[in-house]
Amino acid sequence: MDYFLELFLGGLTRGSIYALIALGYTMVYGIIELINFAHGEIYMIGAFTGLIVAGLLTMLGFPGISILAIAVVCAIIWAAAYGYTIEKVAYKPLRGAQRLSPLISAIGMSIFLQNYVMLSQTSDFLPFPELIPEFGFMEGLGSIMSSSELVIILATVAACIGLTLFIKFTKLGKAMRATAQNRKMAMLVGINVDMVISATFVIGSSLAAVGGVLIASHIGQINYFIGFIAGIKAFTAAVLGGIGSIPGAMLGALVLGLTEAFATGYVSSDYEDVFAFCLLVLILIFRPSGIMGKEKTQKV
Amino acid sequence: MNHQGFLSFFLTAGCDNFAQAFKRSLVAAVWFVFLTFPIMVIRVNTIEKTVHWHWERMGYIAVAVFFGSFIWRWLLARKELKKDESKEETRVESLLTRVQSHPILKYSALVILAGMAAVFPKVFDLYQTNIMISCLLYIVLGLGLNIVVGLAGLLDLGFVAFYAVGAYAYALTNMHWGINFWYMLPVGALLGALLGVLLGFPVLRLKGDYLAIVTLGFGEIIRLVLENWGDVTMGPSGISSIDRPALFGIELGVIGSTHYMYYIMIGLMILTIFSVNRLQNSRIGRAWLALREDEIACQAMGIDKMKTKLMAFALGATWAGMAGVIFAAKTTFINPASFTFWESAIILSIVVIGGMGSIRGVIAGAVILILVPEYLRDFAEFRMLLFGAIMVLVMVFRPQGLISAKRKIYKYKTNTAGAPNE
Repeated sequence: MDYFLELFLGGLTRGSIYALIALGYTMVYGIIELINFAHGEIYMIGAFTGLIVAGLLTMLGFPGISILAIAVVCAIIWAAAYGYTIEKVAYKPLRGAQRLSPLISAIGMSIFLQNYVMLSQTSDFLPFPELIPEFGFMEGLGSIMSSSELVIILATVAACIGLTLFIKFTKLGKAMRATAQNRKMAMLVGINVDMVISATFVIGSSLAAVGGVLIASHIGQINYFIGFIAGIKAFTAAVLGGIGSIPGAMLGALVLGLTEAFATGYVSSDYEDVFAFCLLVLILIFRPSGIMGKEKTQKV
Repeated sequence: MNHQGFLSFFLTAGCDNFAQAFKRSLVAAVWFVFLTFPIMVIRVNTIEKTVHWHWERMGYIAVAVFFGSFIWRWLLARKELKKDESKEETRVESLLTRVQSHPILKYSALVILAGMAAVFPKVFDLYQTNIMISCLLYIVLGLGLNIVVGLAGLLDLGFVAFYAVGAYAYALTNMHWGINFWYMLPVGALLGALLGVLLGFPVLRLKGDYLAIVTLGFGEIIRLVLENWGDVTMGPSGISSIDRPALFGIELGVIGSTHYMYYIMIGLMILTIFSVNRLQNSRIGRAWLALREDEIACQAMGIDKMKTKLMAFALGATWAGMAGVIFAAKTTFINPASFTFWESAIILSIVVIGGMGSIRGVIAGAVILILVPEYLRDFAEFRMLLFGAIMVLVMVFRPQGLISAKRKIYKYKTNTAGAPNE
């Protein structure tokens, strides 16, 4: 039973991380119908920024918890800046082009960013300091759950609730929904569509950056390559739940995280990544619109 | 445009006046310095507690972005200006067209090329020949993927899976049963095609982005299986001492077999170009183009969508399977690390940068992307960085690739006026 609970909580943690990244995918897809291939790299850049800031602050002798806060804030700032710039450079000039063009541009951007980080930092695995301190009250639970897992799950829940409220009630959120529904019409009623798209990239990137710092601190090492697999998994989660739908992305991430945790726990840990890919292929073949997505009829 | 006019257009492209252009470039430079600051400038080692600062990189970035943003805006403005005009040919393209339209020029150019190809291994050393072989291999792979992506418009990110299957098929049969290269070459092609149909059948219902992701997933599944199924595939350590092809049972030395391999590759490339060329202008080829342009209209014209797509997948995979067998025979060692997603990405960028759907374009793409980094050894580590950047830039400024595809135009022989020619 303890093993089951351990796997369950591990799956919950994985799912939370996937959810933080998947939200970015699903938001961007909802608005401009583009798989932002470089989103995984934003997550990676967030983690690297976190590492650099945390490393500097530790050497300057800052107290533990403030390092975490500053590292997360810096990661958000820079990841958002990267997201914004990528959209301006690689996607905006391609609006209205064939559908294949922005996708290939996104793949190019992803390759570029990976190698940019590899060349300017290093291709080795870098140790990441543990930023989340052990809580006192966790001692009884210590054997099945660590404090960093708790923080990750709570952060995701907070982010999801915050995002849902934001989209529902703020002016920008309403503009986003309107743009997602019909871009031309949104433009006609005076919504600055360019600004909305930029905002979407910024918000998605910030969430990915939070995920990047938290998971890096949880696992303890990072590498320029981590964005690729995480991005694919998060994308799987987004597709699983129905791409374009925010609650769908959360649900999909949870399903994927739990499936992976149980499959690696009870079947085999060698094929960890194979399960996610198989799930992705199966879902796309049998229910391409995902769990919560809507079937789209195509107009001629 | 005169010299003065060009310069002022270049400097103020997309802006009202020179001052605004200067300001914009300055803002871009400052923004990129800020953007790249933590990753490029600071390098922390948390174990040894040391920090390396690379302040000089900030200067490089600032200068590069400041001047680069003029070029960026100029290119964007030029693209905007050209939008209304018909697609203009580049100088290289118009030269190629001119050469092709004169039969004498065309055949003499072909003879010169053939002569150069024939004497290449005699003139250059083993190293050069080896590089040439891998370039030819990528041409074949590129032309194979070109069928799927360029002609049929199906974005396949897992192309390398078929390549891997061909390579492993030859390596395993050779290791266990000592089966000859020449028997495995058609078998590899067949396996590729078979796998193409098998994979294609379930996934071809999906469109565009989804198809791309599923093929990526399949590619990764195949690689992970090769890596983890240690009993059969020897896992990450790979399979070594695979036989090179033998010439009528005569064992050749290293030099001899490299030359032999080179001529095999030349032959395969000619076969590939010939087949793809014939395919392109055949019934199925035109169905692919129609499918790429508009799926629904294509169905309305009575084209079997599924059959056409499967055909593209299978035929593309055939070349990958064959190239895989040759790759295993050439390197005599394979492991899963040769078949990662990045290999697919390289092949895709050959197709995209060269020009989707254009045979000459794919050849040019392979020559540029495989040969140029080999000769610029100092740049080797920047290879993937440049690949990524070029992919983005080509998509933004020249979506049709370096050498764009041209449709074959059929003309009525009679001189009656106004014959439609599309």
